Amino acid sequence: MSLVATVRPDSWNFPLFVHVLGAMILVGGLVASGGLLSAARGDVRLLRFGYWSLLAVSLPGWILLRVGAEWVASREGWNDLPSGVDSPTWLNIGYLVADIGGLILLVALILGGIGVRRLGQGGGAGLLRTTLVLATVLLAADVVAVWAMAGKPS
Amino acid sequence: MSFDDWALALHVLSAFALVAGVAFFWVLIVMGRRIDTAGETLRLGPPNRIAEACVGAGAGGTILFGVWLAFSVGGYNIWDGWIIAALVLWVIAMALGSRTSAAFSPAVDKARALDAAGHGTTPNAELLALNRTSQGVLLQALTSLVVLLVLLDMIFKPGA
Repeated sequence: MSLVATVRPDSWNFPLFVHVLGAMILVGGLVASGGLLSAARGDVRLLRFGYWSLLAVSLPGWILLRVGAEWVASREGWNDLPSGVDSPTWLNIGYLVADIGGLILLVALILGGIGVRRLGQGGGAGLLRTTLVLATVLLAADVVAVWAMAGKPS
Repeated sequence: MSFDDWALALHVLSAFALVAGVAFFWVLIVMGRRIDTAGETLRLGPPNRIAEACVGAGAGGTILFGVWLAFSVGGYNIWDGWIIAALVLWVIAMALGSRTSAAFSPAVDKARALDAAGHGTTPNAELLALNRTSQGVLLQALTSLVVLLVLLDMIFKPGA
């Protein structure tokens, strides 16, 4: 309750804005990619745009999120905790999802990129299905991270 | 977690859904700019419904949980300047979003008519022009700008 009512120092606001905007763009790209890849049913245009949503929307969003996260963490002093003081669970969840999520995004982009290249020869749909699964897993993880970072359970 | 903590988490998740829907609409608008057949235009229907669902859930959740928080959380009041600004911007965003949707509906109507007439795969210049409506792009850009202003207002809380 007290966390909800807290007004941040002004110097934290812009880094937080960068972090949240990046996260929103990442999630937007994941929803668009997932929506297009799941609705494609073999339609090459939808498959291509599903992949490009991940590459052109989610990837820049993830970079913005990660840069903003480090920036706001340094402003809030989370990088300079005294020894023996653990960082809060919500922060750990955020870092975990951002870092492992970045790896999942990278794998999804590589597999999807190969899949898109193979679309011209009539293949690639299987790889793009894997990309869809990875994007969905990442989206679910991001929902958990947003819940944890906004609600701050501990 | 208290009820207010849950309300805040759901408020923020709703904001994410709203922005995700807006981003999804941008992808669909960019896709539409190359589409000149009825069949391909109509294939955007299911993804479009996902984007609409995101915006609908996001818009409803942000206003519902946001107003709840304004009344429930100590230190904030519904008449605070930044909260009134957010409410006004939310209404403007909804009105602009509705007009954006209306700007693209002639393309869907034209595609349905062409499809019904058996021209689902025939390229049509008029349909391409409707899919490329500059009015729709402008309204979508304005909607996005207003949503961005809401986010700035929520984070910077001017006057709080």
